[in-house]
Amino acid sequence: MSPKIFRRRLDIRNGRIDLSHGSGGRAMTQLIADIFHDALDNEWLRKGNDQAAFEVSGGRMVLSTDGYVISPLFFPGGDIGSLAVHGTINDVAMAGARPLYLSASFIIEEGFALAHLKRIADSMGAAARAAGVLVIAGDTKVVERGKADGVFISTTGIGIVPLGLELSAEKARPGDRVILSGTIGDHGVAVMSKRQNLTFETAIVSDSAPLHGLVAAVVDACGPALRVMRDPTRGGLAATLNELAQQSRVGFRIDEEALPVKPEVAAACELLGLDPLYVANEGKLVAVVAADAANAVLAAMRADPLGSEAAIIGEVVADDQRLVQATTAFGGGRIVDWLSGEQLPRIC
Amino acid sequence: MKYVDEYRDGRLARSLAAAIARAVDPSADYHFMEFCGGHTHAISRYGLEDVLPTNVRMIHGPGCPVCVLPVGRLDAALRLAGRPEVTLCTYGDLMRVPASHGMTLLRAKAAGADIRIVYSTLDAVRIAEAEPDREVVFFAIGFETTAPPTALAIRLAAAKRLTNFAVFCNHVLTPPAIQNILESPDVRALGRVRVDGFIGPAHVSTVIGTEPYAFFAEEFEKPVVVAGFEPLDVMQAILMLIAQVNEGRHEVENQYVRAVRRDGNSKAKADVAEIFELRKSFEWRGLGVVPYSGLRLKEAYAAYDAERRFGIAYVPAADNPACECGAILRGVKKPTECKLFGTACTPDTPMGSCMVSAEGACAAHWTYGRFRDRQRRAP
Repeated sequence: MSPKIFRRRLDIRNGRIDLSHGSGGRAMTQLIADIFHDALDNEWLRKGNDQAAFEVSGGRMVLSTDGYVISPLFFPGGDIGSLAVHGTINDVAMAGARPLYLSASFIIEEGFALAHLKRIADSMGAAARAAGVLVIAGDTKVVERGKADGVFISTTGIGIVPLGLELSAEKARPGDRVILSGTIGDHGVAVMSKRQNLTFETAIVSDSAPLHGLVAAVVDACGPALRVMRDPTRGGLAATLNELAQQSRVGFRIDEEALPVKPEVAAACELLGLDPLYVANEGKLVAVVAADAANAVLAAMRADPLGSEAAIIGEVVADDQRLVQATTAFGGGRIVDWLSGEQLPRIC
Repeated sequence: MKYVDEYRDGRLARSLAAAIARAVDPSADYHFMEFCGGHTHAISRYGLEDVLPTNVRMIHGPGCPVCVLPVGRLDAALRLAGRPEVTLCTYGDLMRVPASHGMTLLRAKAAGADIRIVYSTLDAVRIAEAEPDREVVFFAIGFETTAPPTALAIRLAAAKRLTNFAVFCNHVLTPPAIQNILESPDVRALGRVRVDGFIGPAHVSTVIGTEPYAFFAEEFEKPVVVAGFEPLDVMQAILMLIAQVNEGRHEVENQYVRAVRRDGNSKAKADVAEIFELRKSFEWRGLGVVPYSGLRLKEAYAAYDAERRFGIAYVPAADNPACECGAILRGVKKPTECKLFGTACTPDTPMGSCMVSAEGACAAHWTYGRFRDRQRRAP
């Protein structure tokens, strides 16, 4: 809560960000106290230092950072605040890590409604609490109208990986199985459905969710047979598999019929001329595991609510051209290439 | 998904493939051209090459609106977009098509031109309404399928008395292009391209019907089967073409009966006829200048014609000399016979239009089918 030095409370209902909120003066301190500390409250933020000092237990540390520029800021199933928490938690978790702390940096456009900022900060706080991760450091900047689009958020996350677990993108080997934790394309289609000029009626919500619980279940089930995990965000599953193919110097062969896609997502993609393989996800992971561990990992994923529709979608093959290929429902073959150009800007 | 999944059913595909395998005369070759990029895409996307007998060869035709737009028209669009008062509205697939001097709409936008991607002609009208200080120009391309929505936008703009909306019209017609291919020296005199039959357009035929193809079937003795864009549609059309060839018939048949009637869509045709008239000639990439193959706005709608309003004169421009898009669009060459294919020219760095659109023969082969090239090279 604001100390008494603030003569007047922030008018959150009608107020707007002005340049003084980024000036380092009293208005900025009040903004941080009334909106961010209120939403994200914890012992580090309360201390008000320029940094957060904390102790860590043994293991290897993981660090990841990500910027969020999504448009629109609020979408079915989430908003930029919850997304900025989930996205960075997931990047940390894909190393097999337990995420501990986040920092958050806000770049806010002059004129942005305080009510929206509060809604975003509250959503961030709720997402972080639900995930058991604390936002312990932050920064706020204000730029002139027209120099940003509402608000941009950067979050950085750190976590700890148990000793002995070293997942990495160069570890996929021919014969390994590829397991996907659930349906693809939900996030991209949900965001698209609210875009200006593209609004369409759909019940699809973003799959934005923190995956570290699911990751822990996979790590427990698989142990050293786990090669690599990645969350297929921008560019979709196609981009993720192509990245892994390059980094591991292998190819992938996936079975198109095994890919879980919600009928509503398939229908929206059909309408918009998109392939769900290229549409973004924010609550899915793909795991490459040794063949003999595949069934155990699949069972562990399916036992978790975030992995209930998990499926083995293909395998790693030897291929010096590092192609991702799919077997179509027709029994023919095709390449699943990188996305070229931009399918949809500002999806996360 | 109803009305979609049933046309992509793998089990049905296998039984159709078996029927095709039984129908072909093993001592004969069958060369069919699918006119439309939509069919080209379906063939590549579903790997149909793998399930067709080796003596059935599909030749990709020029029915890709982005592919056939000549460089000169793109240059003109860039000149329009370069005017400070103009907001150029375009479908997204034109953004990366190379124009002269390595320029694209995407690069022009990055350099400050006001170019906006729209999903519908009506979005462009909305922008004109919302921003009366801007001269909003819609970059209209496409065949008979996209001409009616452009006509609708012009009628709407007229009804709203908008004075800041215009159309840069590049609409083209399918029948003159088919005739141009059939009459080309490659097909007629030189025999470089053998076409035993056509898979006729899907969406275009919903508008113009099947009747316009009767002339080709009769005059050039080529069977035409109008087919939908789903993979099972294409396979069934191939089976129907094989039957016609085997029986020595050359008729227009309609596989796409769920959407196409003999006379097409009279409302859409009337809308187009009200707004547009034939140009005496229009240049196509690949085919060259084709008489009476393009549309322009009638005099009564001249106020909505960007070419008249901004004095845009057509200046033909040469393709990149190493690019084989022209020969590929005529069916004379395959994408892999172009020196640039997969080296200098990929979907990320397209040199020619056929590598840009998902319907282009080069993009379709690169994106979905290039693994076969290596298999062929291998012993």
